[in-house]
Amino acid sequence: MSIKHSLLALLQDGPMYGAQLRQEFEQRTGGTWPLNVGQVYTTLGRLERDGLVESAGAADEEGRIAYRLTEAGRSEVLQWWTVPVGREQTPRNELAIKLALAVTLPGVDVQRIVQTQRTATMTHLRDLTRLKRSADGDDLAWELVLESLIFADEAEVRWLDHVEARIARITPTAAKASRTARVATPGKAGPREEVSR
Amino acid sequence: MSAEPTLALRDVERTHGTGETAVHALRGVSLTVGPGELVAVMGPSGSGKSTLLNVAGGLDAPTAGTVTIEGVDLASLSRPGLDRLRRRTMGFVFQDLNLIPSLTAIENVSLPMELDGVSLRKARAAARDALGRVGILELADRFPEHLSGGQQQRTAIARALVGERRLVLADEPTGALDSTTGEAVLRTLRDQCDDGAAGLLVTHESRHAAWADRVIFLRDGVIVDTTGDATPPESLLGQAG
Repeated sequence: MSIKHSLLALLQDGPMYGAQLRQEFEQRTGGTWPLNVGQVYTTLGRLERDGLVESAGAADEEGRIAYRLTEAGRSEVLQWWTVPVGREQTPRNELAIKLALAVTLPGVDVQRIVQTQRTATMTHLRDLTRLKRSADGDDLAWELVLESLIFADEAEVRWLDHVEARIARITPTAAKASRTARVATPGKAGPREEVSR
Repeated sequence: MSAEPTLALRDVERTHGTGETAVHALRGVSLTVGPGELVAVMGPSGSGKSTLLNVAGGLDAPTAGTVTIEGVDLASLSRPGLDRLRRRTMGFVFQDLNLIPSLTAIENVSLPMELDGVSLRKARAAARDALGRVGILELADRFPEHLSGGQQQRTAIARALVGERRLVLADEPTGALDSTTGEAVLRTLRDQCDDGAAGLLVTHESRHAAWADRVIFLRDGVIVDTTGDATPPESLLGQAG
Protein backbone atom coordinates (compact mmCIF):
# COMPACT_ATOMS: atom_id res chain seq x y z
CA MET A 1 0.00 0.00 0.00
CA SER A 2 1.34 3.41 -0.91
CA ILE A 3 1.35 5.44 2.31
CA LYS A 4 3.53 7.96 0.51
CA HIS A 5 0.97 8.70 -2.17
CA SER A 6 -1.95 8.63 0.24
CA LEU A 7 -0.32 11.30 2.40
CA LEU A 8 0.57 13.41 -0.62
CA ALA A 9 -3.02 13.13 -1.87
CA LEU A 10 -4.41 14.22 1.51
CA LEU A 11 -2.11 17.25 1.51
CA GLN A 12 -3.90 18.43 -1.65
CA ASP A 13 -6.62 19.49 0.78
CA GLY A 14 -4.22 21.89 2.55
CA PRO A 15 -1.34 21.78 5.06
CA MET A 16 -1.62 19.21 7.84
CA TYR A 17 0.56 17.81 10.59
CA GLY A 18 1.23 14.10 11.09
CA ALA A 19 -1.56 13.24 13.53
CA GLN A 20 -4.08 15.04 11.31
CA LEU A 21 -2.91 13.10 8.25
CA ARG A 22 -3.28 9.83 10.11
CA GLN A 23 -6.76 10.77 11.31
CA GLU A 24 -7.88 11.85 7.83
CA PHE A 25 -6.50 8.67 6.24
CA GLU A 26 -8.23 6.38 8.73
CA GLN A 27 -11.49 8.29 8.60
CA ARG A 28 -11.66 8.08 4.82
CA THR A 29 -10.84 4.36 4.71
CA GLY A 30 -12.90 3.34 7.73
CA GLY A 31 -9.86 2.29 9.78
CA THR A 32 -9.39 -0.72 7.52
CA TRP A 33 -5.65 -0.15 7.18
CA PRO A 34 -4.55 1.47 10.45
CA LEU A 35 -1.47 3.70 10.36
CA ASN A 36 0.68 4.49 13.34
CA VAL A 37 1.91 8.01 13.84
CA GLY A 38 5.51 6.80 13.65
CA GLN A 39 4.91 5.50 10.10
CA VAL A 40 3.37 8.83 9.15
CA TYR A 41 6.28 10.90 10.46
CA THR A 42 8.89 8.59 8.94
CA THR A 43 7.15 8.90 5.57
CA LEU A 44 6.84 12.68 5.92
CA GLY A 45 10.59 12.80 6.67
CA ARG A 46 11.33 10.95 3.42
CA LEU A 47 8.92 13.09 1.43
CA GLU A 48 10.61 16.24 2.78
CA ARG A 49 14.03 14.81 1.94
CA ASP A 50 12.85 14.09 -1.61
CA GLY A 51 11.46 17.61 -2.00
CA LEU A 52 7.81 16.53 -2.28
CA VAL A 53 6.62 18.29 0.91
CA GLU A 54 7.91 21.17 3.01
CA SER A 55 7.05 22.58 6.40
CA ALA A 56 4.27 25.14 6.19
CA GLY A 57 5.73 27.28 8.96
CA ALA A 58 7.18 27.09 12.45
CA ALA A 59 5.99 24.54 14.99
CA ASP A 60 2.79 25.43 16.88
CA GLU A 61 2.65 25.76 20.67
CA GLU A 62 2.43 21.96 20.96
CA GLY A 63 5.51 21.52 18.80
CA ARG A 64 3.63 20.19 15.77
CA ILE A 65 4.82 21.07 12.30
CA ALA A 66 2.31 21.24 9.46
CA TYR A 67 3.47 20.11 6.03
CA ARG A 68 2.36 21.25 2.60
CA LEU A 69 2.92 19.98 -0.94
CA THR A 70 5.74 21.41 -3.06
CA GLU A 71 5.27 21.75 -6.82
CA ALA A 72 7.08 18.42 -7.26
CA GLY A 73 4.76 16.86 -4.69
CA ARG A 74 1.73 18.21 -6.55
CA SER A 75 2.87 16.62 -9.82
CA GLU A 76 3.61 13.35 -8.00
CA VAL A 77 -0.04 13.24 -6.82
CA LEU A 78 -1.31 14.06 -10.33
CA GLN A 79 0.85 11.25 -11.64
CA TRP A 80 -0.62 8.86 -9.02
CA TRP A 81 -4.20 9.62 -10.10
CA THR A 82 -3.24 9.10 -13.75
CA VAL A 83 -1.26 5.87 -13.60
CA PRO A 84 -3.11 2.60 -12.81
CA VAL A 85 -2.17 0.74 -9.66
CA GLY A 86 0.60 -1.72 -10.58
CA ARG A 87 -0.15 -5.42 -10.85
CA GLU A 88 3.40 -6.41 -11.82
CA GLN A 89 4.13 -7.96 -8.46
CA THR A 90 1.90 -10.85 -7.41
CA PRO A 91 1.35 -10.54 -3.67
CA ARG A 92 1.93 -13.81 -1.85
CA ASN A 93 -1.42 -15.58 -1.51
CA GLU A 94 -1.25 -18.06 1.35
CA LEU A 95 -4.48 -19.78 0.35
CA ALA A 96 -3.36 -20.34 -3.25
CA ILE A 97 -0.01 -21.64 -2.01
CA LYS A 98 -1.72 -23.92 0.53
CA LEU A 99 -4.02 -25.44 -2.09
CA ALA A 100 -1.26 -25.74 -4.70
CA LEU A 101 0.73 -27.76 -2.18
CA ALA A 102 -2.31 -29.70 -0.98
CA VAL A 103 -3.21 -30.99 -4.47
CA THR A 104 0.31 -32.20 -5.10
CA LEU A 105 1.06 -33.89 -1.77
CA PRO A 106 -0.29 -37.29 -0.75
CA GLY A 107 -2.68 -37.76 2.14
CA VAL A 108 -4.07 -34.21 2.22
CA ASP A 109 -7.88 -33.86 2.33
CA VAL A 110 -8.19 -31.02 -0.18
CA GLN A 111 -11.99 -30.97 -0.10
CA ARG A 112 -11.92 -30.50 3.65
CA ILE A 113 -9.47 -27.60 3.30
CA VAL A 114 -11.68 -26.02 0.65
CA GLN A 115 -14.85 -26.34 2.74
CA THR A 116 -13.23 -25.09 5.95
CA GLN A 117 -11.92 -22.07 4.08
CA ARG A 118 -15.25 -21.45 2.34
CA THR A 119 -17.07 -21.44 5.68
CA ALA A 120 -14.52 -19.06 7.19
CA THR A 121 -14.63 -16.71 4.20
CA MET A 122 -18.43 -16.85 4.11
CA THR A 123 -18.56 -16.01 7.83
CA HIS A 124 -16.28 -13.02 7.18
CA LEU A 125 -18.39 -11.99 4.18
CA ARG A 126 -21.57 -12.17 6.26
CA ASP A 127 -19.99 -10.02 8.99
CA LEU A 128 -18.81 -7.43 6.45
CA THR A 129 -22.31 -7.40 4.94
CA ARG A 130 -23.79 -6.82 8.39
CA LEU A 131 -21.44 -3.87 8.81
CA LYS A 132 -22.51 -2.55 5.42
CA ARG A 133 -26.16 -2.88 6.38
CA SER A 134 -25.50 -0.71 9.40
CA ALA A 135 -23.91 2.00 7.22
CA ASP A 136 -26.31 4.88 6.73
CA GLY A 137 -25.30 5.75 3.17
CA ASP A 138 -23.66 9.04 4.16
CA ASP A 139 -20.07 7.84 3.95
CA LEU A 140 -19.36 6.87 0.36
CA ALA A 141 -15.58 6.43 0.81
CA TRP A 142 -16.00 4.04 3.74
CA GLU A 143 -18.70 2.02 2.00
CA LEU A 144 -16.59 1.65 -1.13
CA VAL A 145 -13.69 0.29 0.94
CA LEU A 146 -16.09 -2.10 2.66
CA GLU A 147 -17.50 -3.21 -0.70
CA SER A 148 -14.01 -3.85 -2.06
CA LEU A 149 -13.50 -6.30 0.84
CA ILE A 150 -16.93 -7.83 0.16
CA PHE A 151 -16.15 -8.35 -3.53
CA ALA A 152 -12.75 -9.86 -2.61
CA ASP A 153 -14.46 -12.38 -0.30
CA GLU A 154 -17.01 -13.17 -2.98
CA ALA A 155 -14.24 -13.77 -5.51
CA GLU A 156 -12.50 -16.10 -3.07
CA VAL A 157 -15.66 -18.15 -2.51
CA ARG A 158 -16.17 -18.40 -6.29
CA TRP A 159 -12.58 -19.50 -6.72
CA LEU A 160 -13.00 -22.14 -3.99
CA ASP A 161 -16.13 -23.45 -5.79
CA HIS A 162 -14.03 -23.62 -8.94
CA VAL A 163 -11.20 -25.45 -7.14
CA GLU A 164 -13.68 -27.94 -5.76
CA ALA A 165 -15.18 -28.59 -9.20
CA ARG A 166 -11.69 -29.05 -10.68
CA ILE A 167 -10.48 -31.49 -8.05
CA ALA A 168 -13.70 -33.46 -8.34
CA ARG A 169 -12.78 -34.12 -11.98
CA ILE A 170 -9.26 -35.36 -11.37
CA THR A 171 -7.66 -37.95 -9.16
CA PRO A 172 -4.75 -37.12 -6.86
CA THR A 173 -2.61 -39.34 -9.08
CA ALA A 174 -3.37 -37.18 -12.08
CA ALA A 175 -2.41 -34.05 -10.16
CA LYS A 176 0.87 -35.67 -9.16
CA ALA A 177 1.54 -36.80 -12.72
CA SER A 178 0.90 -33.29 -13.90
CA ARG A 179 3.40 -31.92 -11.42
CA THR A 180 6.03 -34.47 -12.47
CA ALA A 181 5.48 -33.66 -16.13
CA ARG A 182 5.88 -29.98 -15.41
CA VAL A 183 9.15 -30.47 -13.60
CA ALA A 184 10.38 -32.71 -16.41
CA THR A 185 9.53 -30.23 -19.18
CA PRO A 186 10.26 -26.77 -17.83
CA GLY A 187 9.04 -23.87 -19.91
CA LYS A 188 6.07 -25.74 -21.39
CA ALA A 189 2.64 -24.57 -20.41
CA GLY A 190 0.96 -27.81 -21.47
CA PRO A 191 1.07 -29.87 -18.25
CA ARG A 192 -0.76 -27.13 -16.39
CA GLU A 193 -3.75 -27.76 -18.69
CA GLU A 194 -3.56 -31.51 -18.27
CA VAL A 195 -4.90 -31.14 -14.76
CA SER A 196 -8.29 -30.12 -16.11
CA ARG A 197 -8.60 -32.93 -18.61
CA MET B 1 -35.80 -15.74 19.15
CA SER B 2 -38.76 -17.37 20.88
CA ALA B 3 -38.51 -20.92 22.24
CA GLU B 4 -40.52 -22.34 19.34
CA PRO B 5 -38.75 -22.14 15.99
CA THR B 6 -40.93 -21.13 13.05
CA LEU B 7 -39.46 -23.95 10.96
CA ALA B 8 -37.76 -27.10 12.22
CA LEU B 9 -36.43 -30.02 10.22
CA ARG B 10 -35.29 -33.04 12.20
CA ASP B 11 -33.30 -35.89 10.65
CA VAL B 12 -35.00 -35.34 7.32
CA GLU B 13 -34.38 -37.85 4.55
CA ARG B 14 -35.72 -37.59 1.03
CA THR B 15 -35.07 -40.50 -1.29
CA HIS B 16 -36.29 -40.74 -4.86
CA GLY B 17 -36.69 -44.28 -6.18
CA THR B 18 -35.68 -47.50 -4.48
CA GLY B 19 -32.96 -50.14 -4.49
CA GLU B 20 -29.81 -49.57 -6.47
CA THR B 21 -31.25 -46.68 -8.45
CA ALA B 22 -32.35 -44.78 -5.31
CA VAL B 23 -31.24 -41.15 -5.20
CA HIS B 24 -30.75 -39.74 -1.71
CA ALA B 25 -31.60 -36.07 -2.18
CA LEU B 26 -31.51 -35.29 1.56
CA ARG B 27 -29.74 -37.35 4.21
CA GLY B 28 -30.25 -36.64 7.89
CA VAL B 29 -30.85 -32.92 7.55
CA SER B 30 -31.70 -31.04 10.75
CA LEU B 31 -32.11 -27.29 10.97
CA THR B 32 -34.25 -24.65 12.65
CA VAL B 33 -35.20 -21.14 11.61
CA GLY B 34 -36.63 -18.83 14.25
CA PRO B 35 -38.68 -15.64 14.00
CA GLY B 36 -36.50 -12.76 12.81
CA GLU B 37 -33.93 -15.13 11.39
CA LEU B 38 -32.79 -15.48 7.79
CA VAL B 39 -30.92 -18.68 6.94
CA ALA B 40 -29.23 -19.20 3.57
CA VAL B 41 -28.54 -22.56 1.96
CA MET B 42 -25.63 -22.87 -0.46
CA GLY B 43 -24.32 -25.80 -2.41
CA PRO B 44 -23.52 -26.96 -5.92
CA SER B 45 -26.19 -28.07 -8.38
CA GLY B 46 -27.72 -31.36 -7.31
CA SER B 47 -26.73 -30.92 -3.65
CA GLY B 48 -30.38 -30.97 -2.53
CA LYS B 49 -31.01 -27.22 -2.01
CA SER B 50 -34.33 -27.05 -3.82
CA THR B 51 -35.51 -30.36 -2.36
CA LEU B 52 -34.76 -28.94 1.08
CA LEU B 53 -36.86 -25.87 0.33
CA ASN B 54 -39.74 -27.94 -1.08
CA VAL B 55 -39.73 -30.26 1.93
CA ALA B 56 -39.61 -27.28 4.31
CA GLY B 57 -42.62 -25.77 2.54
CA GLY B 58 -44.67 -28.96 2.48
CA LEU B 59 -44.51 -29.12 -1.33
CA ASP B 60 -42.67 -32.42 -1.01
CA ALA B 61 -42.84 -34.93 1.86
CA PRO B 62 -39.75 -36.37 3.54
CA THR B 63 -39.12 -40.11 3.31
CA ALA B 64 -38.10 -40.04 6.99
CA GLY B 65 -37.77 -37.42 9.71
CA THR B 66 -40.12 -34.56 10.62
CA VAL B 67 -40.85 -31.06 9.43
CA THR B 68 -42.67 -28.77 11.84
CA ILE B 69 -44.01 -25.27 11.29
CA GLU B 70 -44.58 -23.40 14.56
CA GLY B 71 -44.68 -26.77 16.31
CA VAL B 72 -47.16 -28.41 13.90
CA ASP B 73 -45.85 -31.60 12.30
CA LEU B 74 -46.68 -31.36 8.60
CA ALA B 75 -47.13 -35.14 8.41
CA SER B 76 -50.00 -34.88 10.93
CA LEU B 77 -52.02 -32.63 8.62
CA SER B 78 -54.61 -33.66 6.06
CA ARG B 79 -54.15 -32.38 2.53
CA PRO B 80 -56.60 -29.47 3.01
CA GLY B 81 -55.02 -28.77 6.41
CA LEU B 82 -51.58 -28.58 4.85
CA ASP B 83 -52.86 -26.32 2.06
CA ARG B 84 -54.43 -24.03 4.64
CA LEU B 85 -51.20 -23.85 6.68
CA ARG B 86 -49.23 -23.06 3.54
CA ARG B 87 -51.63 -20.32 2.47
CA ARG B 88 -51.82 -18.71 5.90
CA THR B 89 -48.37 -19.16 7.39
CA MET B 90 -45.82 -19.38 4.61
CA GLY B 91 -44.97 -17.72 1.36
CA PHE B 92 -42.78 -18.74 -1.55
CA VAL B 93 -40.56 -16.64 -3.79
CA PHE B 94 -39.14 -18.33 -6.85
CA GLN B 95 -36.79 -17.16 -9.55
CA ASP B 96 -39.75 -17.58 -11.89
CA LEU B 97 -42.07 -15.19 -10.08
CA ASN B 98 -45.39 -16.64 -11.21
CA LEU B 99 -47.09 -13.24 -11.07
CA ILE B 100 -50.38 -13.33 -12.93
CA PRO B 101 -50.00 -10.93 -15.88
CA SER B 102 -53.68 -9.97 -16.07
CA LEU B 103 -53.76 -8.88 -12.42
CA THR B 104 -52.28 -5.66 -11.00
CA ALA B 105 -49.56 -5.78 -8.34
CA ILE B 106 -52.05 -5.35 -5.51
CA GLU B 107 -54.40 -7.97 -6.99
CA ASN B 108 -51.50 -10.43 -7.26
CA VAL B 109 -50.57 -9.81 -3.63
CA SER B 110 -54.10 -10.05 -2.26
CA LEU B 111 -55.06 -13.13 -4.30
CA PRO B 112 -53.80 -15.78 -1.82
CA MET B 113 -55.88 -14.21 0.96
CA GLU B 114 -58.94 -13.92 -1.28
CA LEU B 115 -58.57 -17.60 -2.19
CA ASP B 116 -58.46 -18.31 1.52
CA GLY B 117 -61.90 -16.72 1.94
CA VAL B 118 -60.77 -13.42 3.43
CA SER B 119 -63.05 -10.53 2.44
CA LEU B 120 -61.87 -8.46 -0.50
CA ARG B 121 -61.64 -5.34 1.65
CA LYS B 122 -59.46 -7.04 4.27
CA ALA B 123 -57.32 -8.80 1.65
CA ARG B 124 -56.69 -5.55 -0.23
CA ALA B 125 -55.83 -3.72 3.01
CA ALA B 126 -53.31 -6.47 3.87
CA ALA B 127 -51.91 -6.36 0.33
CA ARG B 128 -51.55 -2.58 0.56
CA ASP B 129 -49.68 -3.01 3.84
CA ALA B 130 -47.40 -5.70 2.33
CA LEU B 131 -46.61 -3.55 -0.73
CA GLY B 132 -45.84 -0.66 1.61
CA ARG B 133 -43.45 -2.83 3.59
CA VAL B 134 -41.46 -3.70 0.46
CA GLY B 135 -41.49 -0.05 -0.63
CA ILE B 136 -43.64 -0.14 -3.78
CA LEU B 137 -47.09 0.92 -2.61
CA GLU B 138 -47.20 3.60 -5.31
CA LEU B 139 -47.00 0.85 -7.95
CA ALA B 140 -49.99 -1.06 -6.56
CA ASP B 141 -52.18 -0.55 -9.65
CA ARG B 142 -49.58 -1.45 -12.26
CA PHE B 143 -49.66 -4.69 -14.18
CA PRO B 144 -46.52 -6.89 -13.99
CA GLU B 145 -45.44 -5.96 -17.53
CA HIS B 146 -45.19 -2.33 -16.40
CA LEU B 147 -42.93 -3.19 -13.46
CA SER B 148 -39.13 -3.60 -13.62
CA GLY B 149 -37.57 -6.95 -12.70
CA GLY B 150 -36.74 -5.70 -9.20
CA GLN B 151 -40.25 -4.29 -8.70
CA GLN B 152 -41.78 -7.60 -9.82
CA GLN B 153 -39.56 -9.46 -7.38
CA ARG B 154 -40.62 -7.14 -4.56
CA THR B 155 -44.25 -7.78 -5.51
CA ALA B 156 -43.53 -11.51 -5.19
CA ILE B 157 -42.00 -10.96 -1.74
CA ALA B 158 -45.03 -8.88 -0.71
CA ARG B 159 -47.27 -11.73 -1.91
CA ALA B 160 -45.17 -14.23 0.04
CA LEU B 161 -45.58 -12.24 3.24
CA VAL B 162 -49.08 -10.81 2.93
CA GLY B 163 -51.34 -11.04 5.96
CA GLU B 164 -50.19 -13.11 8.88
CA ARG B 165 -47.58 -15.18 7.09
CA ARG B 166 -44.46 -15.64 9.10
CA LEU B 167 -42.25 -17.90 6.99
CA VAL B 168 -40.81 -17.01 3.60
CA LEU B 169 -39.08 -19.63 1.47
CA ALA B 170 -37.05 -18.17 -1.38
CA ASP B 171 -35.37 -20.12 -4.18
CA GLU B 172 -32.77 -18.04 -6.07
CA PRO B 173 -34.96 -14.92 -5.76
CA THR B 174 -32.32 -12.68 -7.34
CA GLY B 175 -31.53 -15.01 -10.24
CA ALA B 176 -32.46 -12.83 -13.18
CA LEU B 177 -31.68 -9.44 -11.63
CA ASP B 178 -28.59 -7.24 -12.00
CA SER B 179 -26.39 -6.96 -8.94
CA THR B 180 -27.76 -3.65 -7.59
CA THR B 181 -31.40 -4.69 -8.01
CA GLY B 182 -30.60 -8.13 -6.59
CA GLU B 183 -29.14 -6.45 -3.54
CA ALA B 184 -32.25 -4.27 -3.12
CA VAL B 185 -34.38 -7.42 -3.16
CA LEU B 186 -32.15 -9.03 -0.53
CA ARG B 187 -32.43 -5.90 1.58
CA THR B 188 -36.22 -6.16 1.35
CA LEU B 189 -36.16 -9.81 2.39
CA ARG B 190 -33.77 -8.98 5.22
CA ASP B 191 -36.03 -6.14 6.42
CA GLN B 192 -38.99 -8.52 6.50
CA CYS B 193 -36.99 -10.91 8.69
CA ASP B 194 -35.82 -8.05 10.91
CA ASP B 195 -39.52 -7.30 11.40
CA GLY B 196 -40.10 -10.83 12.71
CA ALA B 197 -40.54 -13.15 9.71
CA ALA B 198 -38.45 -16.31 9.41
CA GLY B 199 -36.70 -16.81 6.09
CA LEU B 200 -35.02 -19.68 4.29
CA LEU B 201 -33.09 -18.60 1.22
CA VAL B 202 -31.53 -20.86 -1.38
CA THR B 203 -28.85 -19.13 -3.44
CA HIS B 204 -25.57 -19.82 -5.20
CA GLU B 205 -24.43 -16.19 -4.82
CA SER B 206 -22.19 -15.79 -1.78
CA ARG B 207 -22.74 -12.02 -1.74
CA HIS B 208 -26.48 -12.61 -1.38
CA ALA B 209 -26.17 -15.45 1.12
CA ALA B 210 -24.11 -13.02 3.20
CA TRP B 211 -27.31 -11.15 4.07
CA ALA B 212 -28.42 -14.15 6.13
CA ASP B 213 -27.71 -14.71 9.82
CA ARG B 214 -26.42 -18.18 9.10
CA VAL B 215 -25.26 -19.92 5.95
CA ILE B 216 -25.65 -23.68 5.65
CA PHE B 217 -23.57 -25.64 3.15
CA LEU B 218 -25.19 -28.65 1.54
CA ARG B 219 -23.27 -31.39 -0.32
CA ASP B 220 -24.91 -34.53 -1.67
CA GLY B 221 -27.93 -34.03 0.59
CA VAL B 222 -25.90 -33.57 3.77
CA ILE B 223 -25.25 -30.37 5.74
CA VAL B 224 -21.46 -30.28 5.78
CA ASP B 225 -20.86 -26.95 7.52
CA THR B 226 -22.44 -23.77 8.91
CA THR B 227 -21.00 -20.27 9.27
CA GLY B 228 -19.71 -19.33 12.70
CA ASP B 229 -20.56 -16.67 15.24
CA ALA B 230 -20.37 -13.01 14.34
CA THR B 231 -17.04 -11.24 14.66
CA PRO B 232 -17.21 -7.81 16.31
CA PRO B 233 -16.47 -4.99 13.83
CA GLU B 234 -13.33 -3.90 15.69
CA SER B 235 -11.69 -7.27 15.01
CA LEU B 236 -13.21 -7.53 11.55
CA LEU B 237 -11.29 -4.61 10.15
CA GLY B 238 -7.82 -3.28 10.66
CA GLN B 239 -6.27 -6.62 9.68
CA ALA B 240 -6.07 -6.12 5.97
CA GLY B 241 -2.43 -5.10 6.07
